[in-house]
Amino acid sequence: MSVKRKIYINVMRIFMWVCIGLTAVLTLFLIGYVLIQGIPNITWELLSTKPSYLSGRIGILPDILNTLYVILATLIIVIPLGVGAAIYLTEYAKNKKVVGIIEYASETLSGIPSIIYGLVGMLFFCRFCGLQTSLLSGSLTLVIMNLPTVMRTTQESLKTVPQSYREGAFGLGAGKWRVIRTVVLPGCVDGVITGCILSVGRILGESAALLFTAGFAHALSGLFEGLGNSGATLTVALYFYAKEEGEFGVAFAIAAILMVLTVIINLAATLTQRHFQKRRRI
Amino acid sequence: MGLITVGFVLLITVYLVISGIPAIGEIGIINFLFGTKWASTASEPSFGILPFILTSIYGTAGAIIIGVPIGFMSSVYLAKMANKKVKTVIENAVSLLAGIPSVVYGLVGMMVLVPGIRKIFHIPDGASLFAAIIVLSVMILPSIIKVSLTALEAVPKDYEDASLALGATPVETYFRVSVPAAKSGIAAAVVLGVGRAIGEAMAVMMVAGNAPNMPSLFGSVRFLTTAVASEMSYSAGLQRQVLFSIALVLFLFIMLINAALNFFLKREKVK
Repeated sequence: MSVKRKIYINVMRIFMWVCIGLTAVLTLFLIGYVLIQGIPNITWELLSTKPSYLSGRIGILPDILNTLYVILATLIIVIPLGVGAAIYLTEYAKNKKVVGIIEYASETLSGIPSIIYGLVGMLFFCRFCGLQTSLLSGSLTLVIMNLPTVMRTTQESLKTVPQSYREGAFGLGAGKWRVIRTVVLPGCVDGVITGCILSVGRILGESAALLFTAGFAHALSGLFEGLGNSGATLTVALYFYAKEEGEFGVAFAIAAILMVLTVIINLAATLTQRHFQKRRRI
Repeated sequence: MGLITVGFVLLITVYLVISGIPAIGEIGIINFLFGTKWASTASEPSFGILPFILTSIYGTAGAIIIGVPIGFMSSVYLAKMANKKVKTVIENAVSLLAGIPSVVYGLVGMMVLVPGIRKIFHIPDGASLFAAIIVLSVMILPSIIKVSLTALEAVPKDYEDASLALGATPVETYFRVSVPAAKSGIAAAVVLGVGRAIGEAMAVMMVAGNAPNMPSLFGSVRFLTTAVASEMSYSAGLQRQVLFSIALVLFLFIMLINAALNFFLKREKVK
């Protein structure tokens, strides 16, 4: 083997090792650093109270609740829309052109940066629809953001429902809607669930779109009352505490919580996928 | 139902165009796009967004220059050389990396990177274009690794077997046969990275310093996204309209990138 080839091979090999090493070290460092800085700052008081200027106390309970409200409200709206759209696209739509346009539109939607969603959400939901800066307008903005995700995962799993199931049901005399309801939909539960988990992850991590639509108040309130008011989710609170108030301890505590939640969501996504794959094989 | 999606895209486009055009008309498109001075709150305001456009382009290019080789090499290693255990561990770690909220990246960048840069390069403030580039390149790593991994794994095994049988060593095979075969998938990964880097707002806002200067590597800079985000809360009148115009410019960039992405993905399918 010529020297040149040997050099080429070794250089490439070393380069690859360096890169993969860098990736691994970076990941480990990020996770480790956030956890080490954050976990000592998580106290029960932090988790269970609301901030109070009088006693100089910082609590993130309202932020946790706001995050939950936003996730709930978004999922409730986005699931029917996304699943409906996916069913229409795979089961009903005949016109190839319309399908193409819709798919192109949803691809475009998934590529738009969140700050633009935030702007348009602010203009449309907060101003035009008169919802003000509230968790509800934040959720509605997130609905638009997550629609493509839910639609795509549902569509993928709809495609895996064997055509023969549908034909069998039709052969037994079932109508179109009945076939979809009793045969097709149960077969695509896994897609819907994966879509939900992915959406929850995205909502949890979203900050730019919520900054202008949901605001950053820290009031403690119930679900319906809360939806009408402005409120910060965990990520927005993190940004607020780190950038505006310089409370890095609190910021790192929130970051650690978010990190743990991300791990849980990732695990949940893999587990559901594996669970349904197993069931399908039987 | 499906039409709702189209409706949303139209809604976003229409709203951005409607609210973005008037300000451009008022300032004049040349002054707006190529003006180098941004002084939105001065008594004689001047709205030139060239610094933001250039910063966004430089920042994205920098992130691509650092992020793509690392991500690409990692994915070649993962796809071809790593044993199964290493591969699963790193793949999981990478998808975790993809799920971490951008503010967390921003926070770590603010606490580690910014002071680090200040010390190493002896500059008064570490919040700079350089810090933003590094944060962005870490943020685009997961998408680059994932997409190029998928492309590399889709290369037919026969190609590699044939190359090995002709006497090429494994490493040569990976880089001279597998990589060219997965070319358009890898191109799609790069474009996806560009899209993610140019659209990122929060993490960049926390590390870039946000002064509307012309871009310089160690100076405080403002991106298109952060220009919108940082003045939105207190803007009014023409200043607010200008922010929408900036968003419109950003939107046009993203549309271009999307078109490029579609082009590469289509080519992949045709093959």
